[in-house]
Amino acid sequence: MLEISNLHANVEGVEILKGVSLSVKEGEVHAIMGPNGSGKSTLAQVLAGNEEYEVTEGGVTFLGKDLLEMPAEERARLGVFMAFQYPVEIPGISNAYFLQAGLNEIRKSHGLEELDAMEFRDLLRAKMDMVAIDPRFAERPVNEGFSGGEKKRNEILQMAVLEPRLAILDETDSGLDIDALRIVADGVNKLRDPKRSMILVTHYQRLLDYIVPDYVHVLYKGRIVKSGGKDLALELEEKGYDWVKEEYATA
Amino acid sequence: MVEVAERIDDKAHYLGDLGRVKSSSPEWINALRRDACARFESLDFPHKRMEEWRFTNVAPIVRTRFRSTLEPAAHGLTAADLVGLAYGVPEWSELVFVDGFYSPDLSRVQPGVRAGSLSDALAGDAETLRPYLNRYLNGSGSAFTALNTAFMLDGAYVSVAKERAVEAPIHLLYITTGLNAETASHPRNLIVLERHASATVIESYASLAVDVTYFTNAATEIAVGEGARLEYIKMLNEGTNGYHLATTRVHQDRDSSFRSFAIVQGGRIARNELGVVLDGEGASASLNGLYMTGGEQLVDNATSIEHAKPHCTSWIGYKGVLDDKSHAVFSGKIMVQRNAQKTDSNQLNQNMVLSDKATIDTKPLLEIFADDVKCTHGATVGRPPKELVFYFQTRGMSEAMALGMLTYGFADEVVNQIEVEPVRARLEKFVYTKYSPIPG
Ligand SMILES: Nc1ncnc2c1ncn2[C@@H]1O[C@H](COP(=O)(O)OP(=O)(O)OP(=O)(O)O)[C@@H](O)[C@H]1O
Ligand SMILES: [Mg+2]
Repeated sequence: MLEISNLHANVEGVEILKGVSLSVKEGEVHAIMGPNGSGKSTLAQVLAGNEEYEVTEGGVTFLGKDLLEMPAEERARLGVFMAFQYPVEIPGISNAYFLQAGLNEIRKSHGLEELDAMEFRDLLRAKMDMVAIDPRFAERPVNEGFSGGEKKRNEILQMAVLEPRLAILDETDSGLDIDALRIVADGVNKLRDPKRSMILVTHYQRLLDYIVPDYVHVLYKGRIVKSGGKDLALELEEKGYDWVKEEYATA
Repeated sequence: MVEVAERIDDKAHYLGDLGRVKSSSPEWINALRRDACARFESLDFPHKRMEEWRFTNVAPIVRTRFRSTLEPAAHGLTAADLVGLAYGVPEWSELVFVDGFYSPDLSRVQPGVRAGSLSDALAGDAETLRPYLNRYLNGSGSAFTALNTAFMLDGAYVSVAKERAVEAPIHLLYITTGLNAETASHPRNLIVLERHASATVIESYASLAVDVTYFTNAATEIAVGEGARLEYIKMLNEGTNGYHLATTRVHQDRDSSFRSFAIVQGGRIARNELGVVLDGEGASASLNGLYMTGGEQLVDNATSIEHAKPHCTSWIGYKGVLDDKSHAVFSGKIMVQRNAQKTDSNQLNQNMVLSDKATIDTKPLLEIFADDVKCTHGATVGRPPKELVFYFQTRGMSEAMALGMLTYGFADEVVNQIEVEPVRARLEKFVYTKYSPIPG
């Protein structure tokens, strides 16, 4: 479903991704871990289509299409969704208005009828219920004045509404207390589907207790330096990254 | 410097019309007019070499030989002509002025509310108005402000007695019919809130004439007494060839509060000068505005606040959305007098510029003579940051759509602070229709 091969990307002239290759099949959940600054968010942003990041080498296909050729909105319409590590605040625009517009753009691109305000409201209610967000958040400006945890939950709400084929969750667990983490993880698990793939970027095993991944990868200095099953995350939790770094240095 | 052959300082048409103004009684009103007329004659029309008019070229107004309307016309308008302009809320007081003159047939004043025509008030009870009339405008303002005082034929007079709370809004609606081209009206308003009074006053200007050239030269004086509270909304929606110059002066006593919204929609040239004097401890003023320009409009919001006493707070927050070849000007002048310690004053002017040909001149001006004060100011000009637009794109929306939605949100942020529901609803619909890319 997603094929990343030898991906190199620069930010402001500095190479951050130095040859990432990763294959994600339909329905799989992959966790990407790795020390701060190793390029995890960069990878997520490149996949989502952020033009601040310049791809210099390699390629990405998604559902058989060349993802890198497409502007971000087309990727979203094709089913790519990224939950931001740092979601922006959008003054003056309500969550409901924002999400209805996004969903309808995606629906239109698939030749589906747009939802009117009533239909959308019902859908949004149900999704808010699912991720345990207060219905009043529908009318609040997107992320404005939300707490860190509320912003993360709002990202999951958006994912629930937009129903992507590939969800990239960039540290959606960071900054959540235990209850919020459980709610978010429950929400994500409800969205697990044989047709939906996920990439979870995380620093913490505790997320992976709830959302059990099929594969775990370690990204270090712009490369995937180790891959394994869910046990790799436990090992990292226990031993830290030093042994991976050492392996990398001697390799 | 070689001037163009045409004389643009010609005042003869105004002076001729002033000569036809019938004298009033009592005599002090005539004296006010005479003094103002002398001032009008002695002042140059505003021009670009005057600091306050540097960016605001009013030559098209100066050049047109507007004839001033001197008496109410037989306009024949009915309520049906005012749909979309009046609000028609039964509980409100709604006063309609046609080409500068009060039109009782189109108006409705609630029992117990003192609101009506200035000329009626002067004819009936001039002494009550005397302490206020021209007190705050006297000797200030441009030649056009003086011209307004020199005519002083009609306008609104609103007075709220001490301790009274007028809950329902008072809407003052000024309509230009455009029955005659190149006419000028000079509405003159006085709003007085006595001690601990409160009210909401909406002053709105609109036109029935689509293309007709006309000129509204308005002046409003507002006194907010001790502990009084005024919510004041000015809506400017003149016709495409309508010119509007307005001077509003607000005087606040101690512990009073004044909150205003200036919403500018239409008008070829519109200048809205709003000056507030905080003249008693604990007074607060909040000046908010939104200008939405397009075509070849020129819109100038000139705001000023004088902190004359300690412990007052003020806020000036104006936003602009500029399109096409329009030009907007904003100035925010803060003056803090020597003894006005503990002043807390903030201002922010934000502009969203949608077209390469639109321009904005924005300038704060701070004159601070006290040392223990907190004064901030800021201005932004431009488009939404890329990372905001990117967020929309990751949710399936195009860049153009993101910009439209962000523009709508930017404007709506001002509108949704308006507490008067029918006004807010009408304006929300307006900004939605104008900027939102999604059909409503
Ligand atoms: N927009 C940017 N401008 C400049 N440098 C950037 C930008 N984005 C990322 N970088 C740099 O690229 C490197 C990788 O950053 P990235 O955010 O991808 O790391 P990360 O693995 O997500 O780290 P963390 O775990 O702290 O979130 C860092 O050195 C970072 O400073
Ligand atoms: Mg990161």
